[in-house]
Amino acid sequence: MKILVAVKRVIDYNVQIRVKEDGSGVHTDNVKMSTNPPDDNAVEESVKLKESGKVKEVVAISIGEDKAQESIRKALAVGADKGIHVKADSYIEPLGIAKILKKIVEKEKPDMVFLGKQAIDDDCNQTGQMLAAMLNWPQATFSSKLSIKEKSLEVIREIDEGLETLEINLPAIVTCDLRLNEPRFASLPNIMKAKKKPMELLNAKDMGVDLKNRIEQLKVEEPPKRKAGIKVANVAELVSKLKNEAKVI
Amino acid sequence: MSVLLIAEHDNSKLKPFTFNAITAASKIDSDVHVLVAGTSCENVSKETANIPLVKKVLVCDSPNYQNYLPENLAPLVIKVSEKYDHIVASANTFGKNFMPRVAAALDVSQVSDIIKVNGPDTFVRPIYAGNAFATVKSNDQKRCVTIRPTSFDAAEKSGGSALIEKVEAVDIPSASKFIKREETKSERPELGTARIVVSGGRGLESGENFKLINDIADKLNAAVGASRAAVDAGYISNDHQVGQTGKVVVPDLYIAVGISGAIQHLAGMKESKIIVAINKDGEAPIFSVADYGLEADLFTALPEFLAELNKLNTIQK
Repeated sequence: MKILVAVKRVIDYNVQIRVKEDGSGVHTDNVKMSTNPPDDNAVEESVKLKESGKVKEVVAISIGEDKAQESIRKALAVGADKGIHVKADSYIEPLGIAKILKKIVEKEKPDMVFLGKQAIDDDCNQTGQMLAAMLNWPQATFSSKLSIKEKSLEVIREIDEGLETLEINLPAIVTCDLRLNEPRFASLPNIMKAKKKPMELLNAKDMGVDLKNRIEQLKVEEPPKRKAGIKVANVAELVSKLKNEAKVI
Repeated sequence: MSVLLIAEHDNSKLKPFTFNAITAASKIDSDVHVLVAGTSCENVSKETANIPLVKKVLVCDSPNYQNYLPENLAPLVIKVSEKYDHIVASANTFGKNFMPRVAAALDVSQVSDIIKVNGPDTFVRPIYAGNAFATVKSNDQKRCVTIRPTSFDAAEKSGGSALIEKVEAVDIPSASKFIKREETKSERPELGTARIVVSGGRGLESGENFKLINDIADKLNAAVGASRAAVDAGYISNDHQVGQTGKVVVPDLYIAVGISGAIQHLAGMKESKIIVAINKDGEAPIFSVADYGLEADLFTALPEFLAELNKLNTIQK
C-alpha cells in the first residue's frame, strides 16, 4: 500500500500576524514559517501506518515556493520515503491545488491521500474534499481515529454533535483533525538522513491544469478591535458589573 | 436567478444553524429555495415552508440521504443546482464536509465561512484564525458558499407558506458506509447557539474539576465550552472545543476560566458581546480581549461566583 501525504508551509501558528497597511494581504517577509499543524498529524499517521507494516511507501508532497521543500524535508525526517515538490510562485486556491494533486495521484497511484483538514492561513477546509470529488473517491474528513482493513478504512470523524464512524473503500481521501495523533519530533540523525532521500521537482505551470484563481482578494483588513476592558477587584464586583452594567445576567 | 440552500436537519426538525444560513442566503438573493434531503422528512419540509424568507422547498425523501454521506448528498445537490447561481450551506461540519465536493464537481472555487454579504459575488471572510478579514469577489458563474452561522441572525420561523416540490433521488455510489454516530447528550443549551457560554481550560487541572464550570453553567442556563488544552487533556469531550479548529461561538456572555487565550482559542470566541476572564496569571492574553477580567485562583473564585449568583433573585434565562 502507498500513501500520498500533502503538506503546506504556512506562517507558524504562534505568530500574531500583521495585516499590510495597503490592504493587499498579511506580512510574510521575515516571519517564522512552519508546516501547517494538521498536516503534521497527516504525516505522523502515514508514518505510523508504515511502521505497522500495513503501508509500504509514504510520499510527501508540497505545492508552493522553493521553501515549501522545508516542509517536505520535515516529513522525510519523520519517516516519509520520498518527496515531491511542485513549484508555484503565487497563491493557488484549493481548487487548483486539488487539480495538481489529482495529476500526482494519477501518476503515483497511491491507495490513500492524507491531508490536514484545513490550512491555518486561508482557513478554507476544502482541498481534500475537492480532490475526492475530482477522483470520485470516498472521503473521510476531520478524522480522529482510523484503522485499515482489507480493502477499506474504518474512520472515526469529529462532527458537531460528537463522533461518527464510517467505513470507506480504498482508494480514499482522509483529512486529519488535530486529535488524530501526537506528531513526533524529528531527531537530528533523521534530519541528516532526510537530506539524502529523493525529492522530485515539478512545476505547477507544466502540470497541464487550469490554475487561474476564481476568487479575487479585494482587500484584507484588521478585524475591528475590542475596546479595552477593566480588571475587577473581586467576584462580588464582577457579578455586580455583569448584572448592572453589562446586563447579561 | 435564485439561491439554493441545503438544509441541515435530523429528519424531524431543522437544525438551528439552518435558520442563520437562510438569513445569509436571503442577503445574497431574495429568492431563497431550500433543499431538504432526508428520510421521512415531511415535517422538516413543512417547517421549512413556514419560514417567511423561504420561497420554495425542494424535498428529496429517500433512504439515500439518511446520514448525509457527502458521496451521496453531493450528486443530488449538483443535479438540483442546475437552475441556481448560488449554492449555500452552513460552515459547520455538515456544510464543510459536502460543499467542496459539490464545488469541485462543478469546477467552482468555494468561498468558505463568510461573515458578511457585500453583494451577490462579494463576501467577507475571516482568515488567519480571524486575525484578518478578507473581502473577496467570486468570478465563477456558479458560486458555492458556506456561511458562518453565528455572524447572521436566525430567520423568522413562522408566517411563510412556500411551495413544496418533490425531487427525485439520484443513484448513490457504494464506496462509503455509515456505521454509527455517538452524539454527546446534554441537558444544557447547545454550544453554538447558547446565550451564555462558560468555558474551562487547562487551569481546571482535571475532568472532575469541570464540575465547578458545570455548576456555574447550570445556574446561568449556559452551555459549557473548553479550550483545546482541556479537551486534549481529556477533561471534557471534543465537541465542547471552542476555537479555530473547534466551534465558533458568539454568545452575549462568554466566561473563560483557566484559559490563557491562545490565538486559536480567541478565533472561536472573540466576537462574543461580553467576555469575562478568570485567570490567576495577570499577563494571560485572554485579558486583552476581556471586558471584565478577574485575576484570581479559579478554585476560590468559582465557588464564590456560584454563591454570588445564588444571591441574585433574578437570573435571566
